[in-house]
Amino acid sequence: MAVKKGGKAVDVADDETPVPLQAILLADSFAQKFRPITLERPKVLLPLINIPMIDYTLEWLASAGVEEVFVFCCAHAKQITDYLGNSSWQTQPNFKVVPIESHDCVSAGEALRLIDERNVVRGDFILVSGDTVSNMSLKEVLQEHKERRKSDKLAVMTIVVKRSHASPVTHQTRLGNDELLLVIDPLTKELLHYDDGLLNNPNKARQVAVDRSLYLNKPSICLCTDLQDCYIDICSPEVLLLFTDNFDYQHLRRDFVKGILSDEISGNKIFTYELHGEYASRIDNLRSYDSVSKDIIHRWTYPIVPDIRFAGNNVGLKIERCNVYRENGVMLPRSARIGPSSVLGQGTSVDENCVISNSVIGRNCVIGRNVTIEGSYLWDNVTIHDNVTIQSAVICDGCVVRAGARVEPGTVLSFHVVIGQNFSVPSYSKISLIAQPTEEDSSDEELEYVEATSVTTESPQKLLEGEQQLTDITGSSPQMERNPPTVAWKESEVGPSGAGFKWFMRDESQEEEWRYSVAPIPAEKIEEMRLREEQAGVDDFDQDAGAVAEEEEEELDSVKKKRDFEREAEETFRRLFLDGVPEANVILEVKALRLGFNVEGSDCAAACFKSIINLALEEPFTKDSELFIIAKRLFSKWKAILRNYLTTEDDQVEVLLKFEEICSEPAGKAFAPIFCPVLRVLYDQELIFEDAILSWASEKQDAEEGDKIFLRQCEAFIKWLEEASEEDDDDDDDDDA
Amino acid sequence: MVAPTLDAQAAVNDFIYKLKRRQVEGSLVTARLTAVLLRQVISQQRLASSAPAATLIETVKSVGLRIIAANPIELTVGNVVRRVLHIIREEEASLELKSLADVNNTILSDDEESEDASSFSAAVVAAANRNVLRAPSLHNLLESLPSSVTATCNASSGGESECKSKSGEKNSKVWRLKHSVIEGINELLQEIDSYHAQVAEQALQHIHHNEVIMTCGRSHAVLQFLLEAKKKRTFEVFVAEGAPRYQGQTLAKELADANLQTTLIADAAVFALISRVNMVVVGAHAVMADGGVMVPVGLHMIALAARRHTIPFVVLAGLHKLCPQYPQNPYIFMNDMKSPSDIIDFSDISDCLDGGIGSPSLQTVNPTFDFVPPDLVSLLITDIGGHTPSYVYRIVAEYYSAEDFVLR
Repeated sequence: MAVKKGGKAVDVADDETPVPLQAILLADSFAQKFRPITLERPKVLLPLINIPMIDYTLEWLASAGVEEVFVFCCAHAKQITDYLGNSSWQTQPNFKVVPIESHDCVSAGEALRLIDERNVVRGDFILVSGDTVSNMSLKEVLQEHKERRKSDKLAVMTIVVKRSHASPVTHQTRLGNDELLLVIDPLTKELLHYDDGLLNNPNKARQVAVDRSLYLNKPSICLCTDLQDCYIDICSPEVLLLFTDNFDYQHLRRDFVKGILSDEISGNKIFTYELHGEYASRIDNLRSYDSVSKDIIHRWTYPIVPDIRFAGNNVGLKIERCNVYRENGVMLPRSARIGPSSVLGQGTSVDENCVISNSVIGRNCVIGRNVTIEGSYLWDNVTIHDNVTIQSAVICDGCVVRAGARVEPGTVLSFHVVIGQNFSVPSYSKISLIAQPTEEDSSDEELEYVEATSVTTESPQKLLEGEQQLTDITGSSPQMERNPPTVAWKESEVGPSGAGFKWFMRDESQEEEWRYSVAPIPAEKIEEMRLREEQAGVDDFDQDAGAVAEEEEEELDSVKKKRDFEREAEETFRRLFLDGVPEANVILEVKALRLGFNVEGSDCAAACFKSIINLALEEPFTKDSELFIIAKRLFSKWKAILRNYLTTEDDQVEVLLKFEEICSEPAGKAFAPIFCPVLRVLYDQELIFEDAILSWASEKQDAEEGDKIFLRQCEAFIKWLEEASEEDDDDDDDDDA
Repeated sequence: MVAPTLDAQAAVNDFIYKLKRRQVEGSLVTARLTAVLLRQVISQQRLASSAPAATLIETVKSVGLRIIAANPIELTVGNVVRRVLHIIREEEASLELKSLADVNNTILSDDEESEDASSFSAAVVAAANRNVLRAPSLHNLLESLPSSVTATCNASSGGESECKSKSGEKNSKVWRLKHSVIEGINELLQEIDSYHAQVAEQALQHIHHNEVIMTCGRSHAVLQFLLEAKKKRTFEVFVAEGAPRYQGQTLAKELADANLQTTLIADAAVFALISRVNMVVVGAHAVMADGGVMVPVGLHMIALAARRHTIPFVVLAGLHKLCPQYPQNPYIFMNDMKSPSDIIDFSDISDCLDGGIGSPSLQTVNPTFDFVPPDLVSLLITDIGGHTPSYVYRIVAEYYSAEDFVLR
């Protein structure tokens, strides 16, 4: 290092020599999307199509003409420096990889401050993270950046963006990132506003407040939601200074970009560069791991593809039809079917009747008979026994899945986990040999960093604990079957004689698990989201744009409120019926509920009616006639309170409709055959008047055939009612006459 | 294993990275760079006096295997490596022959019968040829004698000047071998450079007045060929645009600039227009030993269209594009599957890339080359003249040594 610094001093002294193109590569994402895998291995060394991610980034930088790369390592720094030290990057001509180690950095901001202290960056540099896969040529963007710098010293940064449509249903790009809103000046490409928090609250309105000052002096501004941030930044040396000056900048986007954009005094500017035809993506979560793997297999990243050798890739796979890549030395029987878009690593053996599609299998894996692997990523030395089914899972090095087991979509099995025989691993479960640290949830943004720190800094200790177990378990993994594990694994989590702890996600992230998982989004989820969207869409159509969100919220709320009210009210009535709470109290309570939930009087009637019905259903009965007798008794007993709510015709009709609804539900099916007799009882008890029944009947007249079952049942009764009323009329007429 | 010197090693590594990153493209450029690199490797290689040729062959082979592996699809790299190996073997044979002749001369000097000597030396030539395990070919028989003479002449003439500068290298036999090999590579470089002109010279024999010529995409050889014919003939050219790289558009502009009557058409319109065409001329990426050619994608269809209308399908190819390999599943193993972004922008179809479980509902495939089987090729025009595809194996035997067909 000392020698290098000396060399640099000479360079700095001599201004005439052109500054070599430098890059800062952050080999730590300062996030925990890949846990629990990243507890044992840093994210940048995780294999992407059997090659560590960092090699893709370095290869791209090297081929784009970068001469010096500072690799900033924090978590598992030792592993990264060891890997780089032994890799072929050291022998590459005109390409220097300099690791910078740190053990107490908790954010990208701190990392950049540390690099600034070292004073190694001399000119414009490229800032990327170690999980970027790209084949873009940097020539053009550097050129643009330099040109701008000549005329405007305040243009400190150029960020690379790519066009990518977020799904209209999930508001999520295919890389699993949230929809992004950028405001750009179309003429100068200056970035005016950066908003990535659109989806923090799914119920929140998609409203954008654009500051008037943004467009005051501009002929036009462009609001884009179809751009994706590639996290490739061309920075001037000032960027490092800005990080040092503002010691509270942590996150590159959340703090730095927003800070620059909102800071009008210093006047620094950020520009964008849109990528055309070239590929750039960052692997931020498991979903993007899946998407980027597929893009590489489909060769969007050419020439950084598995069959072309590059530094990290010294094996060179052979490409066959349908994007099947195979390394040398793969044992493949004739009966095995290797589907489209699959990769088979060296030394892997596949047994009879296996079906593998859209999957990546690492090196030296052993796969038994009749195994089905779909959309999954198996890393090295994985053993799969006979009759196993694996769907959309990530299975790390050294895992064993015993015969007959099932691995459901979205599962992550960390290093050396063993899944027992015939065990079914449920969807989205994460299993690791290292127990989950018992941490309280921290939904707060700030706390995330703290938590990240605790992981990165404490991980050695934690690992030590884990390693104790690891040496016990994995050290003797071949003889595992003979030596029972010293740690008691739960059979409910990993199956008989399995090994591993299940990780439970924090409450809020559990719900969102499907968003970031390696498995494709389940169809029912999409349907659910689509329905919600559609409802919002309908409202959109009717309402003014401004009020859309509120309306939508109200609509959703009112349905929910009604349900809540019903439940509460039923409870209240039950207490009256069963526990003998005074009638007056109950009426008061229901009134309070009614006001509290802001519902109609008819809803109270329906709730009261339903609770009586439920009461009837709870009593033992064997025949319809018995139920009828019970119902009759109950209705006569509680008619006073029910009548309380049946003051108008509308209330009565509502009750009838409710009754119909109950009868068609599975719980109230018993009432279906005695609909008409019960109606008769209600009529006799003077709870429901003939006008209400007739208006119900006429309302139902136009309904579909399926809805008319009960109407048909009561036809005779209604006819009788009609005749009776006519008779009444006749009588009246007679009287008049 | 014999390792090249440090300097050469750096150059080799640099070239390998360029090949791997696909920063060197186009068969002519690649061939040139390969030959220059091998010349550097050979000139810097120290040779022992015992078996210098074997050392040289070993070195070239080891470097050759590495640069071939860097981009196995660029077949010209392998071709040039084999050509250089062939040159070394030839020179070795001629040196051996010369030393034999020297011995003979000393023996026969008493007899003073020059006729006998010459007839004897002819026999020695044949023996020497067999000695170095070379198939006795027409070319060898006719050329080896004069070439050995010229080689020795060159060696002796250049030798004196070089000897002064490199006084350390006294071993004349080793030195002469190296020198003549480098001479041979220089000739090879000349041949590569002059290939366009050599091919273009033959244009007048093939293009006649008022003919209609069709081509597809852009090939420098085709451009030169047409421009050469333009000097004496008036004719018309149809240029198919050559999707997805659309280099045909560039070619059409270049031809129009040279005042040649040019019509640009879509690839899809080829069949409709081909009945008016007298000849299809295209440039090749590689010529296989069976006479089939690797050509830019889309040309197989044009070749079939030409066959349907019995129109000659003429392929222009330099000798450096001649491969001793036979095509084995050329669509997969000799093809370069490029990024689909040539065909469609990633952002335009990123929505369709995640359909259902696993497999995306839309896949895009972008192969670079087509293989046109030999029966669809009417004529191959190389720098040494026009040949039918069935004759290719003969040319291969002329320019490569049989033991280099498969490099190990």
